[in-house]
Amino acid sequence: MRAKTMEYFDSLIAESAIKIKEEKEKGKKVMGYYCVFSPVELIEASGAFSVGLCATKQEPIAEAEKHLPRNLCPLIKSSYGFAITDKCPYFFFADAVMAETTCDGKKKMYELMADIKPMVVLDIPNSSVYRKRKEHWMEEIHRAKDFIKDELGLEVTESSLKEKIKEHNEERKLLMELVELNKFNPTPISGADLLKVLWGRQFKADREEYIAKVKILMEELKEISLKSDKVKGPRVLVTGSPTGVGQEKVINVIENLGGQVVLQEACSGVKGLVDLVDEDKNPYEALAEKYMDIPCSCTSPNTRRFELTNNLVKEYEIDAVVDITLQACHTYNIESYQLKKEVDAPFIQIETDYSESDVEQIKLRVSSLFELINE
Amino acid sequence: MYTVGIDVGSAAIKIVVYDGETYRYAIEPTGWSPKSNGEKVYKKFLIENNISSSKVKRIIATGYGGRRLDFVDEYKSEITCHGKGCHYLCSDIRGVIDIGGQDSKAILLNEKGKVLDFNLNDKCAAGTGRFLQVTTNALDLDMDQIDCLAKDSSPLSIDNMCAVFAETEVLNLLVQGAKKDEILAGLLKSIALRVGSLAGKANLQGKIAFCGGVAQSQVLRRMVKEYCNLNIITLKNPQITGALGAAVLGFK
Ligand code: SF4
Ligand code: SF4
Repeated sequence: MRAKTMEYFDSLIAESAIKIKEEKEKGKKVMGYYCVFSPVELIEASGAFSVGLCATKQEPIAEAEKHLPRNLCPLIKSSYGFAITDKCPYFFFADAVMAETTCDGKKKMYELMADIKPMVVLDIPNSSVYRKRKEHWMEEIHRAKDFIKDELGLEVTESSLKEKIKEHNEERKLLMELVELNKFNPTPISGADLLKVLWGRQFKADREEYIAKVKILMEELKEISLKSDKVKGPRVLVTGSPTGVGQEKVINVIENLGGQVVLQEACSGVKGLVDLVDEDKNPYEALAEKYMDIPCSCTSPNTRRFELTNNLVKEYEIDAVVDITLQACHTYNIESYQLKKEVDAPFIQIETDYSESDVEQIKLRVSSLFELINE
Repeated sequence: MYTVGIDVGSAAIKIVVYDGETYRYAIEPTGWSPKSNGEKVYKKFLIENNISSSKVKRIIATGYGGRRLDFVDEYKSEITCHGKGCHYLCSDIRGVIDIGGQDSKAILLNEKGKVLDFNLNDKCAAGTGRFLQVTTNALDLDMDQIDCLAKDSSPLSIDNMCAVFAETEVLNLLVQGAKKDEILAGLLKSIALRVGSLAGKANLQGKIAFCGGVAQSQVLRRMVKEYCNLNIITLKNPQITGALGAAVLGFK
């Protein structure tokens, strides 16, 4: 049974684009961002709209390959493709873009993108044990603040920033409560729907409405849990490279073969939600702390991801872990070898891109995994 | 009472009937339509072996085309089936390497033949039967000439793992005057090394069964032993282990 409120989330991305257009015509500034490292609180504290741009569709890739190598991560090609084709309304409306030096592919692509939009590319220290990483990130956040002022003419004040930090904390807590409903067995919400709700967060034009809908959804899901009976397929945790709306291929295969995608550890899942920003500290320092602790494979070593994944496996009674690696994503690909050793559950890695050409191969891997668990 | 296992691969349909003690099998080309051919092969097999369909307790399908058959009772993945089939034929193996048309697989088994872990090649055709097919085509060779030609040749190094690029590499080597048999040995070596790394990632140790059509090549088997230091044994019918495993699984 599917919750009725999902209809709102089905059309959220399309409808938000229209709302953002209207707001923009009234003079509101829009700032796009790509990944979980972006301190969105800062963007919103300036009064600009923040919109997620992480590109997860196959459509603009052919166009992107005119400038970029073919054997590059599809996410990078897709985001660049959207940038040069005007096919993504969110990129189109963005007055400026915030990005980070995550992997090498992304950071070099941003150099090309800088010809299209004003950009601020924040420098992520790639060592997770570098002593001054938090100070460094704090300086980068200050630089972003200056950029917003120069480029968009918008000011961030300490109090506006604190206010946004609070709002985002509330939102993160609420979304984690939503995710936690999937501790029930069977899970009341499918992995594809959960992704849709969490993904929608980056595009919504109206936070209050979004939050209200999430709350209604949660009530519905609780009722579904009460009604549903126990037996259902293996409980799967998905991790790895970001999996977004438009690219639910692997999640769909898992669910079509009877598995339950309980949650994602990936950044399209709970990676960015598990930690809150300290509301009592200096807001810049607090932001730097939270964002520098994100367990992304672009930092080294990334032991926190192993801990987080293992904790989630226990907490959510996970039967198997599926690690999705986007083709040519070296960081996640290499890390998969370590993750497999660290994770205390049956584990497979699936290397894929956005095309549909390998669905049969993915089915084979997933059904073998399920047979291995069930036998 | 019988069970039937039917493995519909990209090149051949393998079918096995099992009565709890003995088995019989047949191998037929897959042809254009795996679905209708699957059914045809099944019916023909029953007639030829004089088995009435009412005696068949369970039919289990596996392989790429297996999912599409609708006259079967259940579908099981090739991983599970190859594991079971090889273990049935030789109970002290702890691993299976299967080089299929589209996928190469390394499967880790426990002493009961249960799959503990597995590893498959990534999206490209490297190290698969397809790779060998494309590249031997470029050499204008037939698959059954492989062994006698490559037997005593020292392998040239073939570096491209992608089937399409490897084909170009082969053609370039030919143009430069390299000997066919050495190129061929080089191709086999590159497959052996590839399979070795698959096996390494899945932690394969001890006695390992080698199956799939390509496993019929003695030279390749020797190379896997030599270059990858794996204890490879060869089963009597390496091509049918998937179908056999399916039939055995159905019997329980
Ligand atoms: S995987 Fe890392 S770099 Fe990529 S979007 Fe997620 S947090 Fe950002
Ligand atoms: S998936 Fe990997 S390669 Fe692609 S953008 Fe993220 S970190 Fe970079």
